[in-house]
Amino acid sequence: MSAGHHRFVSTDRRVREDRRFVAGKGRFVADIDLPNAKHVALLTCPYPAARIKSIDKSAALTMPGVRYVLDGVELATATLPLMTGLDTPNVPRRPLALDIARYSGEWVAAVVADTRALAEDAAEAIDITYEPLPFVLDAEQALAGGPLVHEAHGSNVLFDKTFVWGKVDKDFAASPRKLSLRVKWGRSSTVPIETFGVLTSWDPWREILDVYASIQMPRYADQIGAALKIPSASVRVHYDVDVGGSYGVKRGIKHTVLCGFLARRLGFPIRLIEDRLENMRGGDAHGPERLFDVEVALDDAGIVRSMRMRALENLGAYAGRSPFQLGKPIGSIVGPYKIKSVQYRAIAVVTNKTTQDAVRGFGQGPTNLALERVMDEVANVLGLDPLEVRRRNLIRHEEFPYLIPSGTTYDSGDYHTVIDKVLADTNYETLKQERDRLRAEGKLAGIGIAACLEPSGGNATFEALLNPAITTSTFMDSCRINVDGMGAITATMHTTSSGQGHETLVGTVIGEVLQLDPESIRVTRPDSLNSLPSGTPVGSRMAIMLGGAAFHAAQKLKAKLTAIGAHDLGITPARAVYDQGSVFDRNAPQNKRTWADLVQIAHRNIHRMPEGYEPGLAVSHIYEVPTGGTPPTPDGRVQMYPCFAFEFHLILLSIDPELGTPQIVRYRLGHDCGTQINPKIVRGMTMGGIAHGIGAALHEEFAYNDEGQLIAQTFMDYLLPSSHEVPAVDIIDHETPSPHTVLGQKGSGESGYLGAPAALANAVNDALRPLGVSINTLPLKVSKLGDLIAAARAKGK
Amino acid sequence: MRIKLTVNGATHELNIEPRTTLLDALRDHLNLKGAHTGCEHGVCGACTVLVDGVAVRSCLMFAPQAEGVAITTIEGVTPGPGELSPIQDAFCETHGMQCGYCTPAMILTAHALLAGNPEPTREQIVEAISGNICRCTGYAQIVEAIALAADRMRGVNRPSELRK
Repeated sequence: MSAGHHRFVSTDRRVREDRRFVAGKGRFVADIDLPNAKHVALLTCPYPAARIKSIDKSAALTMPGVRYVLDGVELATATLPLMTGLDTPNVPRRPLALDIARYSGEWVAAVVADTRALAEDAAEAIDITYEPLPFVLDAEQALAGGPLVHEAHGSNVLFDKTFVWGKVDKDFAASPRKLSLRVKWGRSSTVPIETFGVLTSWDPWREILDVYASIQMPRYADQIGAALKIPSASVRVHYDVDVGGSYGVKRGIKHTVLCGFLARRLGFPIRLIEDRLENMRGGDAHGPERLFDVEVALDDAGIVRSMRMRALENLGAYAGRSPFQLGKPIGSIVGPYKIKSVQYRAIAVVTNKTTQDAVRGFGQGPTNLALERVMDEVANVLGLDPLEVRRRNLIRHEEFPYLIPSGTTYDSGDYHTVIDKVLADTNYETLKQERDRLRAEGKLAGIGIAACLEPSGGNATFEALLNPAITTSTFMDSCRINVDGMGAITATMHTTSSGQGHETLVGTVIGEVLQLDPESIRVTRPDSLNSLPSGTPVGSRMAIMLGGAAFHAAQKLKAKLTAIGAHDLGITPARAVYDQGSVFDRNAPQNKRTWADLVQIAHRNIHRMPEGYEPGLAVSHIYEVPTGGTPPTPDGRVQMYPCFAFEFHLILLSIDPELGTPQIVRYRLGHDCGTQINPKIVRGMTMGGIAHGIGAALHEEFAYNDEGQLIAQTFMDYLLPSSHEVPAVDIIDHETPSPHTVLGQKGSGESGYLGAPAALANAVNDALRPLGVSINTLPLKVSKLGDLIAAARAKGK
Repeated sequence: MRIKLTVNGATHELNIEPRTTLLDALRDHLNLKGAHTGCEHGVCGACTVLVDGVAVRSCLMFAPQAEGVAITTIEGVTPGPGELSPIQDAFCETHGMQCGYCTPAMILTAHALLAGNPEPTREQIVEAISGNICRCTGYAQIVEAIALAADRMRGVNRPSELRK
């Protein structure tokens, strides 16, 4: 990336957070000790659905070190159900099951003891009598009636709505060709190496609940207060806790409400750190499991004119915000393509699986997979090259800003140039020859392409789109800057981070505006009671939103410093020039006020301050999402996110014909996220996203057996990509600035992940094509591929 | 039970339950929080420490089993308050981390690798860290950090004209 006219932005600078991490001095939730804290262990339901007939706590309560055993009845009596996104009052979600448990692993009772080990021992001594109930695991069966997961709701469907944008029927009727495809995104998640953890402490004299948690969640304090029936101003969330990875899923609201209740009930601090099994089974952190039926109308040249997409989401047993993951992709429902009309039916059902929550991309990854598989099928059916099909359908640079049928206008892009840059680096014909050479050697080999968008800047207008009772159109972020009496600068941010380098972001942006060394700017995180609003790091938004807030706060500070300097120099502000912390007279540069002078005036010489200015040098800015603020139209059109980054994946993959083992031979990525504020961070995010995408596409699956048991409960059977599975990737950057953001930046927190699974699925299918078979269900595991190849060969293909 | 653990050159006497893992002993009894709990079944590697210089998963070893060996944690390879070792500095230079949770273990693994192999190939680095799962980075900048550290550590005592 070129730094261009910037001093610090886009330059190759270190990430300030790294120093503490390399020394093992991050401050993760499990590292925080509060005196007298007691530990929670959980007892979970062993059935996918069961009525809780009785809970006998007596043996557990006599065991050494045991302080308390909590069940769902007591907790439900004292607290309110957790906040949900949809209006589904008959699908209440609570930390502990009440009367009926609805998935294997659901929490039924919590034990509090002096150590975690003693709590686990005691959990085993609780005697629960269950009456197993009928259950449903499959989304289509749940949709068709199935056993009801929540009887009072009357069906398993939480959401079913069809949107029509444009003249879909007419476009289909007018198109000479149609093509349909069924694609399934398998159940996986981000599975951070740090499990979720929370530590709570109640001070009855101040009436404050202190919360330390490895959290990444909008409105966390609000939700805690609401469920515990205490004012949100009685909840103090400590944002200066490092989060050991999240990528969306660290939403431990049920853990927090449970521990908050226990801390108040018992009068000592309560600590719950998930073990790996709890994290994977009962942590309510699974990702989307989505079945797509896509039909497209196209012409003989492969131009896709219209699309009908049905997305059926398997939410698991309960729902918080997870159904909204069907809503976000509406903002880029046509991907980077000029599809003129779209019908989108989004259905969310409950089943007896672990509850789902937000995962990186918030539903966009699955949607991109469906779109990109369809594009490859278009090429296949017409006998065209898949790259050529994309080129014909992609929005052209000169067509931006580009309005898509569902009401969102894409900000900027130069997709053809990004692709050309990748192909200048890697000759496409040579790559095809390499594939054919591998095939000639007896291997299965395929090329995979994906051209995908990363919506970024995160507002929450999909909430109102899916739930008309929600009128939210605001999704802000904030920054405060204070220059103290000695002239030192401290800036604040108001949420936790999980590896995105936000302190570096804030320092860099403020340093850029003030023309001062970013390293000289302290960045802190006040607790929630001392914070300004933050929408939190979701929706790939912080470079845009926190960066925007920091930028504007710094501009306010610069303006104030300039006004003070001008006043003291006796000149108009227009004649004053701000330069690296000093202010001088444009007409007489020797007349100048230094940083120390300006600080002296602001802090100690009010008699030298210009009229109408507060003393001191404190400024803040609350920044709203650019282009946001307009509720959806009645026909379901809305400007969703403001910025759209582009990624073009090009993969050569080989598959061992005997074992089915896929191997990525080459991986090239063209990436355009506008201005990169810190190129090291952007590259890391992108590489990490690709690794995560490799996992989702080839290895990771929360598989269930027919008895409703989750059978991937450890890292021995839920396979995370290691350094062996992630190839070297050449990333070719391009920079199309966004017109909506302060520095031209777009988001990159979901980059790589939003296209890698699609590209890998296309590569695998290209490799399998000579065998006459295809596969459209992720993950494309070695075992599945091996069986598929063997079966195809047995048929004599 | 009472045991003696030698950690970062100092010997400590601990009174622990026999079932205490080395990881829990380090974190809960010796307040060495740099070793992190990831999976507690020996796959993710976040709890890696050095036992007589060898990278070992401290979640799979009981603390009593660690009597009589020399244990090194991330706190033991950090030269001093605010000072970084060449490997730690190289991780900062390439940004070989994001959330920082797997990082201390990754750095200890790198220490073990470079102690025995000062000039590792990319493949050898990939092999060495393959038991340490990082969910953030996709490993590229970690591999680069270790290669950079190796390069700097080899060159550090040589006149510049002899360095590569």
